[in-house]
Amino acid sequence: MKNNEPYLIIKSMIDSKTFDPNFKFLIASEPGGENIKKCFSCGTCTAGCPVREVTEHYNPRRIIRMAILGMKKEVLSSLFIWLCSSCYTCFERCPQNVKIPELMNAIKNIAVREGYLPSSMKSQLDLLASFGRLLEVTDFENEKRKESNLPLLQGRTEDSKKILSNLGLHREEQDRG
Amino acid sequence: MKNRTEANPLDSEYTLFLGCTVPVRALNYEISARKVAKHLGLHLFDVPDFSCCGYPIKSIHRYAYLLMAARNLALAEKKGLPLCTLCSACCGSLTEANHEIQGDEKLRKRINEDLSKWLGLHYEGGIQVTHYIRALDQEVVRKKISKQVQINLSSLRVAPHYGCHYIKPSTIYHRKENPEDPKSLDELIKATGAQSVQYEDKLQCCGGGVLAMDEQVALAMAHKKLDHLRLQQADAMILICPFCNIMYEGNQRKIEKVYQTEYKLPILYYPQLLGLALGLEPDELGMKMNRVRTTELVKKINGRTD
Repeated sequence: MKNNEPYLIIKSMIDSKTFDPNFKFLIASEPGGENIKKCFSCGTCTAGCPVREVTEHYNPRRIIRMAILGMKKEVLSSLFIWLCSSCYTCFERCPQNVKIPELMNAIKNIAVREGYLPSSMKSQLDLLASFGRLLEVTDFENEKRKESNLPLLQGRTEDSKKILSNLGLHREEQDRG
Repeated sequence: MKNRTEANPLDSEYTLFLGCTVPVRALNYEISARKVAKHLGLHLFDVPDFSCCGYPIKSIHRYAYLLMAARNLALAEKKGLPLCTLCSACCGSLTEANHEIQGDEKLRKRINEDLSKWLGLHYEGGIQVTHYIRALDQEVVRKKISKQVQINLSSLRVAPHYGCHYIKPSTIYHRKENPEDPKSLDELIKATGAQSVQYEDKLQCCGGGVLAMDEQVALAMAHKKLDHLRLQQADAMILICPFCNIMYEGNQRKIEKVYQTEYKLPILYYPQLLGLALGLEPDELGMKMNRVRTTELVKKINGRTD
């Protein structure tokens, strides 16, 4: 994905003619996104967000507001949706049970289907398909485990690849190792 | 099928779920967890072909995540024992998937169709998932700990870091503890005799969840907590998740460089602290593998007991 401004910054007035009013319904039909329309923008999520505390690029209230307005392309193409750390602080505090981390997840799933898969996430996907784990277990790792009297692990499992291939998330030529 | 419930805590057999990070990057956690479990009479069984819990793929394709989790749950079900994880993200991911599969018949049917067609597996929904620390956080185990403590750790002031997925979302854990005021790790620390240090932002996230996306953001998050702990002059930080460790120990040097500061804060996994209290040698607890030196800490304990 080419993106010079990874975290969208809006510099001019937004134009409601470009909005997609169906975006919120699309999100609401995605597992995890069901409660998006219940959001009344109180900002409890943003106030307690540990990511927001260190960067202005992530602001859950703003992202949800943009999604409800129908700013589909802006929301799906910006990397800000990938900045949720999934700490679930807002999930616990939201008075409207919007389940924000799950909602962000629903938006990310839609973004992936629309072709916006960040390269770091793509690498994780390839690793999982190739090894069944995020970190490869080679003879070296097993040797270290043996030295520490720990049970040896199976090097790789084909099952993850089967799952991901069957769901159209992996092709043979993307294999690693 | 043997299965544990809160009402039946005396049972002490679990299948151990290691996940991706622990068996490769956190051997000291695994070594100490196994050692301490053995000491306390908790039996951990292995399933060598467990794979990733599915968590990393949740943001890409939710159903793929559920299937990957279900595969592990199906393998665990063959053992017939509850599953216990060392990684909090694995615990959250498997608990949530389990919850959903158990509660949604239609989903369970779809998952089983795919599991059977693609992998020849089936998951009935009968496994209980828990965190290794929850297995220790039972009255019987805590009493055992208090009885078996041999080394006086009362000179140690250590800071509990709960992390996120061990307590939240509280709905999937049936609100076992208040997510705004958890107590279990504090209690378990006190059971070792050490002092549990209170500090600002105690419940803050380590930042590990965004490390792959934006390293500077993740480092900034971990940096804040390390700063707060320096103010409290804690002897060590106590963790229960290998991913939190990547942030606070694995990246501690990098944070020191970026923020022109020095912490040298020892980071221990809870079973390492517990092991020391139980009289196990630092070497037996994999302390040599801790990246931030723990020599001063061990000296402090010995100074007190000699």
